[in-house]
Amino acid sequence: MSVLASSDCKETFVLNLGPQHPATHGVLRVKLTMDGEYIRHAEPVLGYIHRMHEKMGENRTWAQFMPNTGRLDYLSALSYNHGYVLAVERAAGIAVPERAEYIRVITVELNRISSHLVWFGAFILDLGGFTPLLYAFDDREIILDLLQAVTGSRLTYCYFRFGGVYNDIEPDFITGTLAFIKRLRERMPMYHNLVTKNIILIKRLKDIGFVPAEMCRKYGATGPVLRGAGVGYDVRRAEPYSVYPELDFDIPTYPEGDCMARYMVRLDEIEQSMRIIEQACAKLPDGPVMAEKAPKIIKPAKGDYYAAVEAARGSFGVRLVSDGTTTPYRLKLRSPSYSNLSLFGEASRGMLLPDALALMGSLDLVIPEIDR
Amino acid sequence: MNLHSEPIRLLAFLVGIIAFAALNAAYLVWLERKVAGHVQRRIGPKEVGPFGLLQPLVDGIKLMTKQVLIPDNIDPILFRLAPPLLLIPAVMSFVTIPFSETLVARDINLGLLMIFAFASINVLGILLGGWGSNNKYAVIAAARGVSQNVAYEIPMLITVITMVMITHTLNLNEIVRQQGGGIFNWYIFRWSANPLMLISFLIFFTCSLAETNRAPFDLGEAESELVAGYHTEYSGMGFGIFFMGEYANIVIGCSLATILFLGGWQCPFGLWPGVHWFLIKLYILIFTVILIRWTFPRTTIYGLLNLSWKVLIPFALFNLILTGAMIKIWPMIFP
Repeated sequence: MSVLASSDCKETFVLNLGPQHPATHGVLRVKLTMDGEYIRHAEPVLGYIHRMHEKMGENRTWAQFMPNTGRLDYLSALSYNHGYVLAVERAAGIAVPERAEYIRVITVELNRISSHLVWFGAFILDLGGFTPLLYAFDDREIILDLLQAVTGSRLTYCYFRFGGVYNDIEPDFITGTLAFIKRLRERMPMYHNLVTKNIILIKRLKDIGFVPAEMCRKYGATGPVLRGAGVGYDVRRAEPYSVYPELDFDIPTYPEGDCMARYMVRLDEIEQSMRIIEQACAKLPDGPVMAEKAPKIIKPAKGDYYAAVEAARGSFGVRLVSDGTTTPYRLKLRSPSYSNLSLFGEASRGMLLPDALALMGSLDLVIPEIDR
Repeated sequence: MNLHSEPIRLLAFLVGIIAFAALNAAYLVWLERKVAGHVQRRIGPKEVGPFGLLQPLVDGIKLMTKQVLIPDNIDPILFRLAPPLLLIPAVMSFVTIPFSETLVARDINLGLLMIFAFASINVLGILLGGWGSNNKYAVIAAARGVSQNVAYEIPMLITVITMVMITHTLNLNEIVRQQGGGIFNWYIFRWSANPLMLISFLIFFTCSLAETNRAPFDLGEAESELVAGYHTEYSGMGFGIFFMGEYANIVIGCSLATILFLGGWQCPFGLWPGVHWFLIKLYILIFTVILIRWTFPRTTIYGLLNLSWKVLIPFALFNLILTGAMIKIWPMIFP
């Protein structure tokens, strides 16, 4: 940090970053108190696309809320489907056939790769590199085509059901997925050569935007932000769900806690997701994709239930309070980006504006998920 | 009618220069979009005309028919003054550029000096545009633009002084004439004058990228940080003129690099010198500039200033001293 940032200059001004700004990727507004180009104080202002998803949940049946979960984080909608389905299944005591579990894992991990690819492109775009975005979208397009064939939609999926998935996958999907993984494996070194090893990129990310583990703990940050601070916390391993315990994958962690660490975590996660998909495709059993005894009308017993999944941006939790009727009594969504954004104010203090925007990009914010 | 009379000559060159600047601005945008498209595995513009060649025309019509929005509480004089201040010096600089031995509007002895005199004015356009817009992003961008231009003018001028010491002239046409007779007479390969000539060229080229606010040094209009930088509040042709000025500056920067280092209108094998060689070299350089923009991410302002003050200026100074020493000592050793 320079002398200027710590100087006692009284002359500051307020800069409204957003709600319409190219770097906030949505309607996020950050009130910045600036001293020249140094940030004295940053205050995120939320609520521009608040849609009351939690309140909506209280007025709909358990099944009717399903489409809402796909509209929280539009980049990795399947993880949010998964979190909600998991919570309801836990509440209603529904067992899921193994084939359905594997299909869930394959599709969720594909969705995670596509989410990270979008982040990769958009993040480099924030840093002023235009080209990688198009390369990443080129790869993502294949994932969207694959998932479209299975789920019927390309972005806001609603594929999982209580007790399984909506429909079975076809053999084409598996061959297509494996072909895609082969292609992405070949392209990952290209991404590293083109982008990761670029001297300008390294200078912009290394030792910039420290988010130490203690700060993550304070604000409840999870996902790649936490793993970029050296803490190997991943819900898939910490509180195993679905068939993840049967699959072999690593949790990439980098102890530096800077933007580069978070960048590397996400790129490594793409590789790990590819490993998971390969194994899941190999192990995919035959059988039904929907539990035969799944009730048509869900009425969970009175109680308080919680389930969490590892979404692309961190730990997504669903807390359900049931009073034994066909609608939830209370439905609380714990979205990772909200916590990840909360630390921005503290982490960006004293930073230069372009570095703060690199930090914001490295947090991978999706605004509809923050506002819910 | 005497075609060589002075008023007609003046008019012809005025029209020619403005047409050259405007056509370059229009078609460099097209080239930029096409190159960007192919770098990014797209096609680029293709709808309007064959290969999208009429796209710049349509864009120009769009810009001219758009309402010029002038926000409240701006400085009305500075706001309107800024775009021409950026464009006119750039166009004026074309006056001394020798396209070929005879095709030069004014073959004056101080051509190089004049170009740098005009090049220093366009930073005023950036400053006034940013200041007059009454917009915080624009003010930050203007401050960045000025510090960037000042920082990069120094190594650029030191490099040019090195060149002038070698060439003994400020006349651009004379500088080109000295580089005749094949590729190894170009100043970029003239190792005997100064063994670091190639690096001089790289310093000059880097500085001209920074001077023209091109990526990876486009901090004045870093859209992910400052929305649109100093021209945030400009719409329609106000923005259009800023844009034209920017492209005219790129052409000037690349022309100077061509003239000083790459032999201007001289042919690489010493045959048929002429305007075509100048244009070929010029557009290869411009193509490089465009390719750089679509390949690299943006630097930060302090990274940029560090590069100038800590790397380029010391090196340019060393280069200057070395050249001086070479000029004095070389004849002593090999009289």
